[in-house]
Amino acid sequence: MTSSGVVQILLFFALILACTKPLGAFMARVFDGERTFLHPVLRWLEVLTYKIIGVQEEVEQRWTQYTAALISFSIFGFLLVYFIQRAQGFLPFNPQGFNAGNVSPDLAFNTSTSFITNTNWQAYSGESTLSYFVQMAALTVQNFASAAAGIAVAIALVRGFVRQEKKTIGNFWVDVTRATVYVLLPMSIVAALLFCSMGVIQNLHGYTSVVTVEGAKQVIAQGPVASQEAIKQLGTNGGGFFNANSSHPFENPTPLSNLLQMFLIFVIPGALTYTFGKMVKDTRQGWAIFAAFSVMFFAGVIVAYNSEQAGNPILSHLGIESAATAGQAGGNMEGKEVRFGIASSALFATVTTDASCGAVNSMHDSFTPIGGLVPMFNIMTGEVIFGGTGAGLYGILLYCILAVFIAGLMVGRTPEYLGKKIEQKEVKMAMLAIIATAFSILVLSAISTVIQFPAKGYWNPPGAAIANINNSGPHGFGEILYAYVSGSGNNGSAFGGLNANTPWFNLTIGLAMFMGRFLFLIPLLAAAGSLAAKRKVPTSTGTFPTHGPLFVGLLVGTVIIVGALTFFPAIALGPVVEHYLMNSGKLFSAISTAAAGFLG
Amino acid sequence: MWQQILPGLRIKLFMTLLLGVIYPLAITGISQVLFPHQANGSLIEQNGKVIGSELIGQNFAKAEYFQPRPSAAGNDGYDPTSSSGSNYGPTNQKLVDRVKASIDKFRKDNPDDSGPLPADLVTASASGLDPHISPASAAAQAARVAKARGVSPDQMNTLVAKLTEGPDLGLLGEPRVNVLKLNLELDRQFPKK
Repeated sequence: MTSSGVVQILLFFALILACTKPLGAFMARVFDGERTFLHPVLRWLEVLTYKIIGVQEEVEQRWTQYTAALISFSIFGFLLVYFIQRAQGFLPFNPQGFNAGNVSPDLAFNTSTSFITNTNWQAYSGESTLSYFVQMAALTVQNFASAAAGIAVAIALVRGFVRQEKKTIGNFWVDVTRATVYVLLPMSIVAALLFCSMGVIQNLHGYTSVVTVEGAKQVIAQGPVASQEAIKQLGTNGGGFFNANSSHPFENPTPLSNLLQMFLIFVIPGALTYTFGKMVKDTRQGWAIFAAFSVMFFAGVIVAYNSEQAGNPILSHLGIESAATAGQAGGNMEGKEVRFGIASSALFATVTTDASCGAVNSMHDSFTPIGGLVPMFNIMTGEVIFGGTGAGLYGILLYCILAVFIAGLMVGRTPEYLGKKIEQKEVKMAMLAIIATAFSILVLSAISTVIQFPAKGYWNPPGAAIANINNSGPHGFGEILYAYVSGSGNNGSAFGGLNANTPWFNLTIGLAMFMGRFLFLIPLLAAAGSLAAKRKVPTSTGTFPTHGPLFVGLLVGTVIIVGALTFFPAIALGPVVEHYLMNSGKLFSAISTAAAGFLG
Repeated sequence: MWQQILPGLRIKLFMTLLLGVIYPLAITGISQVLFPHQANGSLIEQNGKVIGSELIGQNFAKAEYFQPRPSAAGNDGYDPTSSSGSNYGPTNQKLVDRVKASIDKFRKDNPDDSGPLPADLVTASASGLDPHISPASAAAQAARVAKARGVSPDQMNTLVAKLTEGPDLGLLGEPRVNVLKLNLELDRQFPKK
């Protein structure tokens, strides 16, 4: 690690830390319905929204109604995104003349699912598939909507801990509206203009055709990028305007814009820990979660940074400088941009997978095995290292439930968290959410490594599902595993070499996204409902304090053990074995489609 | 039940209007006024014709120009309509073959340069459109370009140093050289006879 790399990481973290309290306190006021400094400017928009959608601000919902609202919100989002994509040929803002032929039904299904579940996986390649109208009216809107829904669910779960003997957990429509109007929209406007000043493009003209200095023709893709870039990061969505996502110079032109992107990814998840503390009237509880986040964040970034800086020994032997010097970054530069180098790339990869963002500024597929394991492992934890907007908080609260349950088992007491007895129902719901994700990752990955299709058939034209990989050997298995990890974890980053735009992968990764989102959210809302109905038990000397270092350690341990034990065999078969093979200089040639019966 | 479901449709339509049409169009309008150069792609004009973008790399093959990194975007590289990295993993034979070929070509084209090659010069970028090379990668090519243009290596090194950008705010990212800007400056200062 270089000293400038370390400074960049610390500076980034300091920015997040500095914003946690002010933004967190602001959000606590917003979701409690109190006035903030933005109300004089934006209250009219909030009121107008309620009027248009026909909702009364004061009427609250039971958990079942809250869930129904969430599902309705998601289904209409899905339908709109699907039909806008398929109808793009008839819609405005389409200078390149894309039409339904560019978006097959299975691809449109995959992208719609992806954007309503906050995954934003890219089986499509923006610049050659989607019109500006689709990017704005379908994708940008869902970037806001899925993030607002995530925040709403997190707040509802926190209300479950705060309330006593109540049947309701808030109003979904009100929470979503407030998250959008007071948090996401104003911050996006500021960020979009900042991005634009740094060089992110924002226009509606057709692609620019130029003749280069050496006389070749180059067609430069254009579009309204900055407005989408802002909410893409702030909402931890991560679906790029372009195929190359945040490595594309028009999405992320400078190291400064790169810092702003990473800041936007973490700022709401970080601040929500303070919002949580504020709402439960004990900010130490929030800081304990923030501390657990930070420990896991630093562990990940240190491992990723060191592995990428160490580089690929196979290439070093060919006579490439692998150490950093004053004039070049060294390390593993395949799939990385010069302006970001190793430190900003490794940091970005950690941040984007700690959170459920999935934007990339470097190609994870070309990372060293251990460097690439970090993003994969981060998603496998359930994205509870800061996590997605809202998703990080509700994910970690679920792990808190498990942590106190495990602690309770060890001492033989009924576990409590924030004064609420954690009983059968809550633990069952927490486990259901975790098992659903693991099931969809492991089962779908396993099927995809063995399933055979006739070549040139409908389901998977290349033939066997593993014929779609770009790298053979353990890395090829890693590509498939990462795809389902990313889908189930609602992350959206990829080992991008996998050709995932076939009906088989579009549909199964879509299924993984559905399971990862809704089989996680619904049990959580059920737990919120059951918690809200309980009475608080007074703290006694036997109560396990959940704000000290002991609890932080227990929480981190629970996350790591549940993640590691569930996925260890799969990790061992992929990145771990690949690491040793790389160090022994083993190379893998492409496997022919005919021989693609098994890996490696 | 309907009272939970209908608002879903109404709010989605309203959000599409507000966040999918008004918001991006407003940002477009404001940025076109405040930052027209950036918003339209930081395009570079020469003699009234657009010859590229300062943010998007382009191919240079001639000896008298500094050459960019290998690119996996499109069939010939540097195709902004199909931005992409190679997505080769570290144990892929194709990666090693490609890097070897780049090294051999570089050694042949630059007989004056010895020593280990900067990693960025023989690896493909993430976007396939990387406009930069590292200062070390520029230095490695300086002797060749100087010879092709009939100027002294010192003059060339001075120009490279002038066009080297440091880290943002002195600490973010890496030092770098914009290949297109450097080559345009070359044509201005040391036109090829």
